[in-house]
Amino acid sequence: MANVLVVAELLEGKARKTTLCAVTAAKQIAEGTGGSFDILSIGEGAGAAADELAGYGAGKVLKAEIAGGYTCEKYAATVAEAGKGYDVLVACASAYGKDLLPRAAAKLDAGVASDISAVNVGGGKLSYTRPMYAGNVSGTVEILSDKHVVTVRQSEFDAAEASGGASPAEDIAVQSDPAADKVEFLGVEVVKSERPDLGDADVVVSGGRALKSADNFTNIIEPLVDALGAAMGASRAACDAGYVSPELQVGQTGKVVAPKLYIAIGISGAIQHLAGMKGSKTIVAINKDKEAPIAQVADYFLVADLFDAVPALTDAVKKL
Amino acid sequence: MKILVSIKRVADPDNASKLKVSADGTAVTSEGLEWKMNPFDDWSLEAALRLTENAAEKNARVGEVVLVSIGPNDEHTQRIIREGLAKGAERGILVEADDGNLDAGVVSSILKAIVDKESPDLVVMGKQAADGDSNVAGTSLAEKLGWPVINSAMKIMTADDGKTLEVQRELDTGVATVKVTGPAVLTTSDRILHPESVQNGVTPDGHQYAKLEVGGRYASLKGIMQAKKKPIDQMSIGDLGVDTAKVLNYTKFELPPARSGETTFVEDAADLVDKLHNTAKVI
Repeated sequence: MANVLVVAELLEGKARKTTLCAVTAAKQIAEGTGGSFDILSIGEGAGAAADELAGYGAGKVLKAEIAGGYTCEKYAATVAEAGKGYDVLVACASAYGKDLLPRAAAKLDAGVASDISAVNVGGGKLSYTRPMYAGNVSGTVEILSDKHVVTVRQSEFDAAEASGGASPAEDIAVQSDPAADKVEFLGVEVVKSERPDLGDADVVVSGGRALKSADNFTNIIEPLVDALGAAMGASRAACDAGYVSPELQVGQTGKVVAPKLYIAIGISGAIQHLAGMKGSKTIVAINKDKEAPIAQVADYFLVADLFDAVPALTDAVKKL
Repeated sequence: MKILVSIKRVADPDNASKLKVSADGTAVTSEGLEWKMNPFDDWSLEAALRLTENAAEKNARVGEVVLVSIGPNDEHTQRIIREGLAKGAERGILVEADDGNLDAGVVSSILKAIVDKESPDLVVMGKQAADGDSNVAGTSLAEKLGWPVINSAMKIMTADDGKTLEVQRELDTGVATVKVTGPAVLTTSDRILHPESVQNGVTPDGHQYAKLEVGGRYASLKGIMQAKKKPIDQMSIGDLGVDTAKVLNYTKFELPPARSGETTFVEDAADLVDKLHNTAKVI
């Protein structure tokens, strides 16, 4: 029997959808082992977020209000203290989860299975499946420490649906940590977009180095993105060149996405990029070079100059 | 400023699709693949070198970079340490270990023992290794040391030789800026190779590094020659007195299923929209 604590991820006082993917994994662990799960709402606006998170069937929702910007040093001691009462700690393998959970795990002497794609519960024994080597090998891992710490890949766990009801809330004390005094939070620039989140969009349109400029992203890629109601992504090369901001990067080091439709425009398909999108249901490549490695994963391939093909595609989509 | 940089040798990440799994599924085999420096560590090394040099003057080192690699004591691990030394690092340390006996917890305990011996001002390391893709060891090390950690650093600025640093780090939702008081652990993002990613207060402001697209700087011929004479200390985990109990136990490896189906080459944009709408039914 494994009792699970989900560590929520808040953005501006609301739970990010990543939290709900972690809830799904927590439910699988709890149901598979006959345990239960709770949620820890932590950060600025934890109280309001706790109200929202009370509707997902958790035994209870713990609240730890921490003002000011996030640093893992400010949160980890509180997460670890709360975690003492649980067998498994779960969060999404977002930048936040990958930053915070390993620190809490080290405080608890717990092993970390990061970025898991599946929970396995066989004969009451828990193990986790996780992509390794940029998604080229899948490993099954057991955690031998008393406590398990797990981060889950957003694209592999559907967001939990609200189940009604209201889990009781409980305030917990915020723990101090000397390391927190070593990091002063100066500010954050949150990139706002009216478009769907890259992490959970049904359609993703990504551009690569062949776009050649930020303006071309605006003038060529964005109209197609908006015609499809899609999220916009990019290859590492396009992010590095400054055509778009880094949080749009799809790949081994960026976001891992698995939409119904992924359109790769002017992206050759380096192994590091494939790692971030090859789980997509349907993959389209638009590229001048039909031998480009992206062909290994493409269901549909339009061999064309993107500067002609993409505006034509946008027009055709609009006519649907 | 003294910086410890950990470097791991990994099976060539650009050819990871050629990896195989042993018949019993208990091991990943990289036969035929070259061992390379983990690219994430290579980028961290670049950041560490920039922090410890005056880039406006040729070969003007103003600090010390110590490399540490944990792995088999063989020609491959040694070659990768020499590669880092040839790029400009001062010294190397090789901690002999069998890959199968390591996990992030053991690695961070080994690195802690090295930090205790070496007392660096900073540890700069890859945020992940291209084989395990875990993103754990750096943060785990920081916690064991009681140090702060700044993950996914994309810009590092210091005006007081690393005693305090202003660091921009990548988030899923944007960029955060923090001021960190050392000693600290930093892990680096892809953006750390930018021409203006590091300001160390010694290299003149406005100095532009060459644009690097794939990895850190190349070693010069002179650097390669000098690296042959630089020391590599060799030691065992036992020498360091580290607890070697792993808590992660991999029971099975598999190759993920290949994507099914052929690639359909479409005529033009109209044909593509027709196929996506009527055949795949995704728009």
